Amino acid sequence: MNIAVIDKILIRFFSELQNYFALAGQTLIRLFIRPFYYREFAIQFDKLGFSSLFICVLTGLFTGMVMALQALIQLKPFAATSYVGGMVAATMVKELGPVLASMMVAGRVGSAITAELGTMVVTEQVDAMRVEGTDIIKRLVVPRLLALLLALPLLTVVTDAISLVGGYIMSAGYGINPTMYIKGIPQFMVFQDLIEGVTKPLFFALIVAMTGCYVGLNTKGGAEGVGASAKQAVVLSSVMILVTDFFLSKIFVAFR
Amino acid sequence: MTGSDSIGMEKLCYSINNRAILKDFDFLLERGVNRTILGVSGAGKTTILKLLLGLLKPQSGRVFFGDLCITGLRESQYREQRKRIAIVFQGGALFDSMTVGENVGYRLFEEGKLTQGEIEKVICEKLSFVGVERAINLYPSELSGGMKKRVAIARALAANPDYIFFDEPTTGLDPIGVYNICNLIQRLQAEGKTTLMVTHDLPTAFATSERFTFLHQARLIFEGNEQEMRNSDIPEVREFLHPTEQSLFV
Ligand SMILES: Nc1ncnc2c1ncn2[C@@H]1O[C@H](COP(=O)(O)OP(=O)(O)OP(=O)(O)O)[C@@H](O)[C@H]1O
Ligand SMILES: [Mg+2]
Repeated sequence: MNIAVIDKILIRFFSELQNYFALAGQTLIRLFIRPFYYREFAIQFDKLGFSSLFICVLTGLFTGMVMALQALIQLKPFAATSYVGGMVAATMVKELGPVLASMMVAGRVGSAITAELGTMVVTEQVDAMRVEGTDIIKRLVVPRLLALLLALPLLTVVTDAISLVGGYIMSAGYGINPTMYIKGIPQFMVFQDLIEGVTKPLFFALIVAMTGCYVGLNTKGGAEGVGASAKQAVVLSSVMILVTDFFLSKIFVAFR
Repeated sequence: MTGSDSIGMEKLCYSINNRAILKDFDFLLERGVNRTILGVSGAGKTTILKLLLGLLKPQSGRVFFGDLCITGLRESQYREQRKRIAIVFQGGALFDSMTVGENVGYRLFEEGKLTQGEIEKVICEKLSFVGVERAINLYPSELSGGMKKRVAIARALAANPDYIFFDEPTTGLDPIGVYNICNLIQRLQAEGKTTLMVTHDLPTAFATSERFTFLHQARLIFEGNEQEMRNSDIPEVREFLHPTEQSLFV
């Protein structure tokens, strides 16, 4: 590989990055500018948020169960099984709840956003909207971002709560009663952890929505292009979620 | 030199991935002069329409609406002026998530200047103009190709534009469908709309336009009326007309 090729790749990478942040910036500004598409927002909230409830419940349930299972095996030799609730809660609320819920939503909703917008681009519907005088960022991007900003923290809370139930289902088999289980929780957590648990999904919502919209609106080619874009959006947003999670955790640790 | 009521481009260059689609292209669409752009598939005809509408940004040269040069402006700065132009895209480009009625009334709903009842009246009027009023509550996926094109025309009309661009309005239609669309376009011209067509269907082009622009390998190689075109000795133009002349006279 010679320098010219590397040069080209780097230039392309940075121009894409610049465009991505430009779109994100324009979208964030438009969050506060009227008119506001209430109907679009409601449709998207239902489509993107509410319909993801079921997979988040499943994710929470099984993650909680498996975490409790592993924790119980570890804690048993020390006769410390009563701490299981705390262990499940601490990891779920701070890390796994936000990350797993967001990854699920990235797979389900991110790809759907990209495919929908991508199809609108390749069938010239986006161009048609622009000619009709619509600001497409306001009409197409803002409602999706807002819907996810509201839905993802809620979905995370649901995932967390269900995982605690899942954890308890396993713990019951080890003779732990509900009071013991719940009493273990505050011993492992502080109030800041709850804030961390609902702040992270806000960032992840931004990632999923912006990546989905950016990749979708930049779709090229026909049906094949739409498929490629959908895949790209899911991979990109999943990786970005994991990387961002690390840095956010670092920041929260620093402020402890 | 540019009339205050015309649309056009000057010395425009546009390329994709370093491949020139248009080179030093000059084009003028005057009010009242219906025009067709001809050229083989992939020559860049759709691209011209999108450049004229400011949907694509040229690498150099300028696009103007009357006295306003839109090149270098942000979309929000020429959105109002662009409302004088409507376009019927190649595939119709109807919004799939909306019914036919909502599609036609889209701009009116967006602008919010009329009441629900007034908008519905306009929708019915435009749909009956194109003859698909019965489809008002259907979704685009439930329509045939010809109906989609007619709904797209109705949507373009709802905004009451001065100029209407048609991107291959008759491609893929049966002869009756082609006749109906041509007829519609002629009725619009009689109402004072200026049309710009892109097509490779010569009968449609001759039936609906006075002036013709021929595009070949990124350049304009012919501009003139029907007679001039038929008598042209430019090889590409002759080649383009020739097979059609044969099939017309069998
Ligand atoms: N997004 C794109 N990426 C790469 N090439 C493109 C893109 N859009 C258009 N092109 C190329 O630009 C050229 C002109 O395209 P355009 O759609 O304007 O052709 P056209 O004259 O309308 O053709 P047709 O009659 O088939 O519709 C084509 O050769 C096409 O390959
Ligand atoms: Mg075309």
